[in-house]
Order: sequence, then C-alpha cells, then structure tokens
Amino acid sequence: MEHIDFSLVNWSRAQFALTAMYHWLFVPLTLGLSFIIAIMETYYVRTGNPEWKRITKFWMTLFGINFAIGVATGIILEFEFGTNWSNYSWFVGDIFGAPLAIEGIMAFFLESTFIAVMFFGWNKVSKKFHLLSTWLVAIGSNLSALWILVANAWMQNPVGMKFNLDTARNEMANFGEVLFSPVATNKFFHTALSGYVLASVFVIGVSAWFLLKNREQLFAKQSIKVASIFGLTASFFIIITGDGSARNIAKYQPMKFAAMENLYIGQQNAPLTAFGFLQKDTKETEVKKHKSIYKIEIPSLLSYMAFQDPNAYVPGIRDLVKGNAERNILSYKERSEKGKIAIMSLAEYKNAKKSGNDSLAATALIHFQENYKHFGFGYYANRDINELIPSVPTTFYSFRIMVMLGFYFVVLFLVVLIFTMRNKIEKKRFILYSALWSIPLAYLATELGWVVCEVGRQPWVIQDIMPTIAAVSQVNSSSVQVTFILFAVIFTALIIAEIKILTTQIKKGPETALSENTITIIH
Amino acid sequence: MKKAAINIFQFYYQGFKMMTVGKKLWAIIIIKLLILFVVLKLFFFPDFLKSNFNTDEERSNYVIKQLTK
Repeated sequence: MEHIDFSLVNWSRAQFALTAMYHWLFVPLTLGLSFIIAIMETYYVRTGNPEWKRITKFWMTLFGINFAIGVATGIILEFEFGTNWSNYSWFVGDIFGAPLAIEGIMAFFLESTFIAVMFFGWNKVSKKFHLLSTWLVAIGSNLSALWILVANAWMQNPVGMKFNLDTARNEMANFGEVLFSPVATNKFFHTALSGYVLASVFVIGVSAWFLLKNREQLFAKQSIKVASIFGLTASFFIIITGDGSARNIAKYQPMKFAAMENLYIGQQNAPLTAFGFLQKDTKETEVKKHKSIYKIEIPSLLSYMAFQDPNAYVPGIRDLVKGNAERNILSYKERSEKGKIAIMSLAEYKNAKKSGNDSLAATALIHFQENYKHFGFGYYANRDINELIPSVPTTFYSFRIMVMLGFYFVVLFLVVLIFTMRNKIEKKRFILYSALWSIPLAYLATELGWVVCEVGRQPWVIQDIMPTIAAVSQVNSSSVQVTFILFAVIFTALIIAEIKILTTQIKKGPETALSENTITIIH
Repeated sequence: MKKAAINIFQFYYQGFKMMTVGKKLWAIIIIKLLILFVVLKLFFFPDFLKSNFNTDEERSNYVIKQLTK
C-alpha cells in the first residue's frame, strides 16, 4: 500500500467523526430520560397523585422531541460504512451485521410499539399497562444501544471471530464471546450510564430554570429529587465501570492507555497524572514525544488502575513502539514484519487457490494464521512508525476534562439534592444558575468520552488488524468533502430545530396547574 | 381479529389526531427521512461494492486485491 490518498482517508475520518458526534448529541438524553420518566410514572401509579402524572407528561414531551429529531440520524453511519469504508464493511462481515440487525428489529418492535402506547395511551389503556409500556421503551432504547456498543467494542477488542481467507471476511465463531467480552459489557454500562448522568443534569438544569423564573416550584423540586438521586446512583456505577474501562484499555489497547496518560517510558509504580499541561518535545526523537510542563501526580495509582497492583509495570509509548524484551513486548517494527507476512500469505493463498496448488495454499494459510493478530501492522512496514501513535494531547486532555466533569456532576447532584430536601433550593440562585449551565457541560463530557475512545485507538478501525488507510473505499475525496458539508448543514439544522422546539416547550411548562389540594398531598 | 385491528387503527388515528407538538415533529421526521433516504442514500451514498461488482466473489476478490496490493 504505497500510494495512499491521505486527503481521502482524513476526510472520510472527519466525516465519520462529525456524524457520530452529532448523532451522539441525541442518544444519551433518550437513554437516560426514558428511565427518569419511567421512575416518575411509577410514583404516579403507586401514589395516584395527578401531580406526578403532570410531571411525567412534561418530561415525556421533551423526551419525545429529542427522540423524534434524533431518530434515524445513526443510519447515516451505516451509509458511510457502505460508501466510504467498503473494505472495512466487507472485512467485518457478519460480526457487525448481526448486532446491527438485532438492533434494528429490537428498536422497531420495542420502541416503535410501546412508544405509541406511551404517548397515545393515557386514559386509553390501564395505568399499569401504560407504566409497563414506559418501562419497555426505556429498556428497549437501552437495548438498542447495547447492540451498537457491542459492535463498537468488537472493533476495540476483536474476539469471537474467524477470518475466512476465501471470502476475506471475518465470520462469527462465538456470538457469546462477542456479546459478553469484557470490553463490550463494560462499554455498554459505562456509555449508558453516561447517558443517565446527562439526562439527570438536563432535568436538574431545566428544573433550575423554572425555579429561577419563580415558576412551577413544586414540579421543579420533585423533578430535581428524582433526577439527583438517579444521577448520583448512575455516577456511583459510572466510577466502577470507568475503572473497568481503564483496566480493559490497559490490557487490550496499551497504546491508547499510554497516550491517555502521556506515559512515554514504562515504569513500575506508575503515577496517575491528575492534571497537567503537555508540550511537544522539540528534540529529535525516533518516537514522537510530549513533555509535561506542569503536572500533579498521584503515586502508583496508574499501576493500580491498570492492573490492580501498585507495583505493576505499565508500558509507555516508547516501549510499545520500540519493544521491550525484558517485558516481553514486541516492537512495532517486529509486528509490522509479522503483519507483512500475514498480508503476503493472504495474497499467496488466493493465488495458490486460483492455480489449484493446495499444498502451497495450506502453507500460506498456516503463515497467515500465525501472524493474523499483527495483520494491520503490515501496512506500516515501509511507513513512519509514528503514524501508529494516536494524538496524545487530544486523548490526554479529553480524558481529564471528562473525569473532572464527572466528579463535578457528583457534587452538583449532592448539593441540589441536599438543598431541595431542605426546601431551600429556590433561594440558592448561584447553584440554580450553575445547574442550568451544566447542561452543555454534560454534553461536553459525554462527547469527550467518545473522543478518548475513538481518537485514542487511532489509526485502528479494528484494533491491530485493520488501520484506516486499509479500510477506506477508493472514492473521490471531493465527494467526501461535499457530503461532509451536507451533513454539517443537515445536523446543525436538526440541532437548531431541537433546541428551538425544546425551549418553546419548556417555556410553556407543564400542563395546567393543579389544585391546592393536590399540592398539599404531594408535600 | 377484525375488531382488534380496528381498535389498533383507532388508537393510532386518535393519537395522531390529538397531537400538538407531535405534528411539527412528524413534519421534521418526514423531511429528514426524505433527505436521508431519497437524496443522500440515492445520490451520495451508493454501496461501493454492490454498485461496482455483481457477485460476492468479485467483491471479495476486489477487497483482497485492495488489502494485499
């Protein structure tokens, strides 16, 4: 692969990143708000208090707006697979197809059926059946996300497949291994939980606006109570799954882990950089390097996070690129050579099959299988090895900002819950303004999570097996540029429409006020 | 069976009729789906392998050629 159109590769990457990030602006609110609504409606069914119905219906309307505008935005990613990433699409075969097909069926039956009952079924079906439908919409939305995330997790940690040399496709060998791989399960829970945190911040932020406007105090306080408890619970589990993610990354994607920490030279008792500033090292080094110009470190925590042992050795960027015989780490050069053998064996196998030389085909197959796990490195045999290092500053800063925002949300949930329980929240205007302005921060945090995940694994579309340069279709890069602009326009229009409709609906507030009696009951 | 079908139809019909915000949203959904499936899919996003090759064998040979060149 000597002649690579980097304009095509980079525009295809930018296009996919743009659509994925815009798509993700809609998804997390759906994932989290669906459960918050279900909890609120459960209160309504259990207490019979119509105020809870009113609260539920208001948030359900906002859920509906977000759902309607966001629905099908993910389909564009599938279009891009077929057009811009055709080598990749073919290569992943049914590994990707199966989860996406299940997602489609599940989304259709669970969400589409029960969402109609959820919106149209008030006073037409029994309270309990309506509640069941609301819960099923929440579960269905989250299960839809599961299948997409399983597919993504497979790209980060390809397991449960067998490569078929005759068809050039990976075939599912063990569905359970794909579905229940530690990366897949952890990724699902961590990502879904980030949606729960975002939705909690959204509900608290919008409720804070009502309190700032001195409107709907009872509605706002009840909403804050549900959202802050839900958000706190989600935050507790997000810390656990975040810890799991770190261990998975250290094990399966050590370069991403080293980039997240800017760990250049591996060490035992590796410290965690709580915060720091990076600067590109201007000294000529074979392996590109960033130096920390300021940092706050926590001793041995990185070793503990990665391997649950404070004395454990964590490999650095240089160790991974140059290799470390003492630690049994192959250099990227060695892996490139093995990858090259795998690529050449694939070509030899095809030629041998074509000419009917079965013994040569069998030998090529053995060589291929021995080296397949290094396949993608073969494309870098004659290239700058630094291309295999992701953007360290992007990964490093994104990770830290995401984590800091995560802890900020814990504090926010705790503070608003305490003041709401004490019935003083409406007087704490600074907290209310902070809550309101935390809504964009929640979106920033969840997007940055994806930046860490996806930028950190570059240049791989399938970890160690397929890099972006081998995955792209040979299409005209100018057509990718045109569609990039088209998507930017369409998605921006959708986001503007969403914000406009949401804010109009929020300003209207919940349905007509209830009697004083109801307010007394709920207090 | 016929009664159940009528009830389901009525359920959806009444639901759509009573919508307030939903009408605007449905307009957005329909426009969006038209843009996605009619404009983008047809004119900008043909399936590269399906539109350039007729059989799976041709497609796999092409991909192998791309991966091993």
